[in-house]
Amino acid sequence: MTREYIDGATAIARGALQAGCNFFAGYPISPATPILLHMLRDLPKVGGVGIQAEDEIGAISMCIGAAMTGARALTATSGPGISLYSENIGLAIMGETPLVIVDVMRMGPATGGATTVAQGDVQFVRWGTSGGYPIIALAPSSVAECYTLTQRAFDLAERFRTPVFLLPDKELIMSMATVDVAEYVDVAVGQRPLVPAPAGNGAGPKINAATGQPDPRLRPEETYLPYDFDPIAATPPTSPFGGPHITRFTTSSHDEHGFLTKDPVKVGRLNEHLRRKIEDHRAEMEFGQFDADPAAETLLISYGTTARAMREAADRSRAAGQPVSGLTLHTLWPVPENLILQAVAGHSRVVVAELNHGHYLREIELLLYRHAARHHHAPPQISGLHRVDGELITPEQFLAVVRY
Amino acid sequence: MLQMQLLETYKNERPDPFCPGCGHTFILNHLDAALQKLQLDPKKTVLVSDIGCVGLSDQYFITNAFHGLHGRSVAYATGIKLANPDLHVIVLMGDGGTGIGGTHIINAARRNIGVTVLVFNNFNFGMTGGEHSVTTPAGYRTASTLAGNLESHLDICGSVAVNGAGYVYRGTSFDRDLPDRIAEAIQFPGFALLDIWELCTAYFVVNNDFGRKEMLGMVDTLGLPTGLIQRREVRELAQALHEQGQRLRGQPTLPVRGVDAQFPNALDRKFHLVIAGSAGAKVRSAAKAAGYAGVLAGLWATQSDDYPTTVKSGHSISEIIFSPEEIRYTGIAKPDALVLLSEDGLKKVGGHLRAMTPEDVLITTPEFEHVATAARKVILRPRDASVRITRTNRSLIVTAAALRLLNLFPVAALEESVRQTMARFAAENLPVIAASAALLES
Ligand SMILES: Cc1ncc(C[n+]2csc(CCOP(=O)(O)OP(=O)(O)O)c2C)c(N)n1
Ligand code: SF4
Ligand SMILES: [Mg+2]
Repeated sequence: MTREYIDGATAIARGALQAGCNFFAGYPISPATPILLHMLRDLPKVGGVGIQAEDEIGAISMCIGAAMTGARALTATSGPGISLYSENIGLAIMGETPLVIVDVMRMGPATGGATTVAQGDVQFVRWGTSGGYPIIALAPSSVAECYTLTQRAFDLAERFRTPVFLLPDKELIMSMATVDVAEYVDVAVGQRPLVPAPAGNGAGPKINAATGQPDPRLRPEETYLPYDFDPIAATPPTSPFGGPHITRFTTSSHDEHGFLTKDPVKVGRLNEHLRRKIEDHRAEMEFGQFDADPAAETLLISYGTTARAMREAADRSRAAGQPVSGLTLHTLWPVPENLILQAVAGHSRVVVAELNHGHYLREIELLLYRHAARHHHAPPQISGLHRVDGELITPEQFLAVVRY
Repeated sequence: MLQMQLLETYKNERPDPFCPGCGHTFILNHLDAALQKLQLDPKKTVLVSDIGCVGLSDQYFITNAFHGLHGRSVAYATGIKLANPDLHVIVLMGDGGTGIGGTHIINAARRNIGVTVLVFNNFNFGMTGGEHSVTTPAGYRTASTLAGNLESHLDICGSVAVNGAGYVYRGTSFDRDLPDRIAEAIQFPGFALLDIWELCTAYFVVNNDFGRKEMLGMVDTLGLPTGLIQRREVRELAQALHEQGQRLRGQPTLPVRGVDAQFPNALDRKFHLVIAGSAGAKVRSAAKAAGYAGVLAGLWATQSDDYPTTVKSGHSISEIIFSPEEIRYTGIAKPDALVLLSEDGLKKVGGHLRAMTPEDVLITTPEFEHVATAARKVILRPRDASVRITRTNRSLIVTAAALRLLNLFPVAALEESVRQTMARFAAENLPVIAASAALLES
């Protein structure tokens, strides 16, 4: 078996390059800096561009600008940087911009602990911009998953023209791990829907006899409606700046032309579109790994680094004769409801383990209580296992919960 | 007939939305004239509009348009230009946007990214009701400086010029040659900025009894230069980056560095090794060589490091796990072996020393002979080694001796690891590993 000794930062950069990433802008911050360094060094080799911006606002702004020229853009930061990204995350949602944002979680609030592990940004990325629109967030729990889920993030970002978060934590990014290279699974990365090039475009541009330049006069087929979504949950086709069409990008409330509007019918439809573009396609973004034990009463649910201790604890518990199931979530947002409900079925107890004060516990509670109410049955007993002191949750902590 | 083939306007059929007499209308007409003069391909032209009344502007042109957040237009423009240097990227922003986004402008100037910035400078925030901006001169009244502005104005042109902008111009919306200047700026390869003074008829004009004459007079009272302020040869960033990239094109990117087991190992359980030393003493490199050696010996290995943000002072702790099976949890409750190299390291491993039992081993140097722990102690004297010991190879020699002692895998694995992970320093480090054997003899 061929193995590799590698850290998560390298795997993310490699996954991004594999996904066709050709633009990176970022601002150094622990523990995300290694990703920036990899991208700045390697993008030129594939004809891409990497730049260290003046600050995080500049970084994400540059990514969004680049993305609208057709680039596959990546940025990477940590909690303090996400704070500065906030307004532009909304812009990327509103403008329907494909973009992958890596948030390497470190201890907060504020500057917190620069190299201290935490998982405190789960709700932050979900609600990190005004308006409260759905976002997509994936959480790798191994170095191999850093590679695969980065590609997955690009695929979702492109297909749904939306910012996608990758939420690793400091431990995964900065620690060395051994990977069985067979676990580097590639994902076929889709492309944003594109407006078909106008007929005859292949013949090359018309040359203007007076200027010797391409004829600047537009033909009707060189324009299109940039925000024409039909049906409402469909991703509207786009055309890159510099491509065969005129493209209008705007992040104020707009009509199908990309012109500002306050028309309640159009504004309502646009906002419903932004919601349903993600919500209606939840089934396409439910990723996770369910380690089922048919004899188990308890289901452990976790994600990221914490899921590693969970899986070790599950193995040890079973070896000691105590059955337990474990669900590792790779998709955090939108909540992978089917995946969770299927895993929960048959268990009388659910424990959600995470390095925060219960960010995902509340989602599980909401989902399971609502589900139980709708189907008139009693919900399982739900509790959380939390740790917010800069240390990892240990397998022993899991085992104590399972035995309890 | 020839004229028929020219684009006679870059405006669409939509009427401008601005207040009567608003300077924005004039400047946009000048921009239209400049575009006509250049006959740019609208598909290769992007107008990036900021926020404010000026932020509405892109909607009246047939070119590509990007309308984003307040103050960030120059940063979007930078991203667009970097990703596609063939595009003509023109930013339309107000004096308000200049204030909130000042850092992007100064940095774009410093980088000489090839975008053209038109500042529609009406000395106040039009859209939000006439509050003062960074360009409102002292003494003037605005909605937010009713008793007269006490702050002084920002010299936009001076700020970008001093930071290296290639093309800097100051004028007014009344300048007849403005289309030519705008066209010149668009054609200029580096960063170009035009600070264009104009009237906000709804607010600044009303609040200050201000008109064309007063505005032209203000040029003199403020003592700011007008006209072409700076034009210099520059290296445009987008082009420069692409050229620099050309030289690296095709080089391999982060290839998988597969490791196949080449050495046997003697491990049937997880083994926790902690190396505790000082930052700057190559603790992490020694640990990485050790971890990689484990992989060469068919084991799974992990390594987590802890060190202060001041990378070259204070502690440096590396926690390595070796295991015959895949390692999931990477924390270490109690080391099986602790290599203690310095006082800095000692300060961080008190818990480990207390947790260790007589089955575990502390490998250290004579200074730490008396530290309290139940672990078995092995004292090494790197000073007596047959090679010259430095601050940086000390971590490696003690780690190498520790690995010999622990005998998890043959020392040849560590040698091969050093050849592969420290290729440039292998010649220096292999003798250190060889010399480590003698440390165990005394
Ligand atoms: C982050 C943010 N803060 C505040 C605002 C509110 N706002 C809208 S327009 C504007 C001022 C615009 O002034 P200026 O750039 O001079 O443009 P003008 O309206 O004068 O053309 C402000 C502060 C905003 N849109 N975004
Ligand atoms: S408020 Fe001022 S800047 Fe805005 S349109 Fe009216 S005159 Fe122009
Ligand atoms: Mg203004």
